[in-house]
Amino acid sequence: MNEDLQLFLESFWPIVWGGITGTIPLALISFAIGLVLALGVALMRLSKNRVVSGIGRFYVSVIRGTPLLVQLFVIFYGLPAIGVVIDPWPSAIAAFSLNVGGYAAEIIRAAILSVPKGQWEAGYTIGMSNAKTLRRIILPQAARVSVPPLSNTFISLVKDTSLASLILVTELFRVAQQIAAFSQQFMLLYLEAALIYWLFCLALSSGQNALERRLDRHVAH
Amino acid sequence: MSPTDEPQPSPGDAAGGDALAPETPADDTMLLSARGIRKAFGQNEVLRGVDLEVRRGEVVALIGPSGSGKTTVLRSLNGLETPDAGTIEVDGGPSITFGAPGSKADRFALRDRSAMVFQHHNLFPHMTVLQNVIEGPTQVQRVPKAQAIAEAEALLARVGLAEKRDAYPFELSGGQQQRVGIVRALALKPALLLFDEPTSALDPELVGEVLTVIKELAEEGWTMVIVTHELGFARQVADEVLFLDGGVVVEQGPPSTLFTAPREERTRRFLDRILRPFD
Repeated sequence: MNEDLQLFLESFWPIVWGGITGTIPLALISFAIGLVLALGVALMRLSKNRVVSGIGRFYVSVIRGTPLLVQLFVIFYGLPAIGVVIDPWPSAIAAFSLNVGGYAAEIIRAAILSVPKGQWEAGYTIGMSNAKTLRRIILPQAARVSVPPLSNTFISLVKDTSLASLILVTELFRVAQQIAAFSQQFMLLYLEAALIYWLFCLALSSGQNALERRLDRHVAH
Repeated sequence: MSPTDEPQPSPGDAAGGDALAPETPADDTMLLSARGIRKAFGQNEVLRGVDLEVRRGEVVALIGPSGSGKTTVLRSLNGLETPDAGTIEVDGGPSITFGAPGSKADRFALRDRSAMVFQHHNLFPHMTVLQNVIEGPTQVQRVPKAQAIAEAEALLARVGLAEKRDAYPFELSGGQQQRVGIVRALALKPALLLFDEPTSALDPELVGEVLTVIKELAEEGWTMVIVTHELGFARQVADEVLFLDGGVVVEQGPPSTLFTAPREERTRRFLDRILRPFD
């Protein structure tokens, strides 16, 4: 038992470090790129132009209709077959960004639609263009609505980055796997990895709560 | 009030009136001319050729049963609806023709010259009262922020809301929200003010404070088109009343004649229904 505890303590920091240098940056960068993509796709889906909205709908459909692991493998193991070789990290970021882009696009689209039509009209009547009304009037209100579902997406993403271990990215889970393989203590190491993911997600949830409180300050309760 | 004027130093002074006065005083020249406005929503023809002329300083009330098209007329004047046919010209701006092949309706030309007060105020909930009021001047008209704030404060003071400048809309009563809505429109210094049933979403006890402000604007010489169900109010402030029904102007005239001696049977029946609902 003492040996187990010792292994747990000794491996704790290396696994956390794998999270700090692998999991967290992977999630943050992919989420940032994914959000930009998502806003673009959401606006495409809201477009009156059928071709444009059709492209947006197609993208969302493909991303949501195929497993993330398959997307990751297509980029890392599949693309080299047609001469496109991408390193593990950029492959992972590309796959996760595209994935977030699909899911978050639907959230952002719904959030934009949830802002009353009168807010658009109020923007127009003070002389604003469509783009300016969107930026100054609609998106700030849509942001408030979309924080809870987007936080969900982000927390899922943090956990999904463990898939990157399968394309040789050194992150939290891959570090745990390596120690487990070396020590043959699979149960202990995988539970430890689970615990550390959970701690990360707890921290994110409290961050979400703080953000919601901040965005709610101008709304009646 | 020109952009360089100092804001009224004695806020709330009803006799001062500078902050509330329009930029160009009433001079009886033609300010708005709308002709042959037609609009259909699908199969439903809402407007079937409406003409409307408003002189500078004139207050025109649009009355009529719901579905008569009066709100659609008003929204067309602000470019919130695009008519299928007709022309609109406001304050020496371009004459905008709708529906003609190849014509591109310039909604911004309409919005540059008019401002709208909505039934449900449509204040921006994520901005304070002051931010709501200066949003148009600073973001669209490129007025320096300090000047926009000074002008906004003077206007807020004139409608009795000086202390509410840093409040968010949800912290205000319905009447206060609507007064901020009016100030937001005034801050744009439009030639023409448009009111879309400004009191029909309010609790009865809050209607008075809003109507008082609108009446004051009329006395200051603002040019206004008001869609309203408040016939008593229309009678008091309007110079001209248009009765719409079925997408056409059935009858128009000064309130003194239209309300007391309507020529048309449809007008008479409408007035009877509103003024004596229980007879």
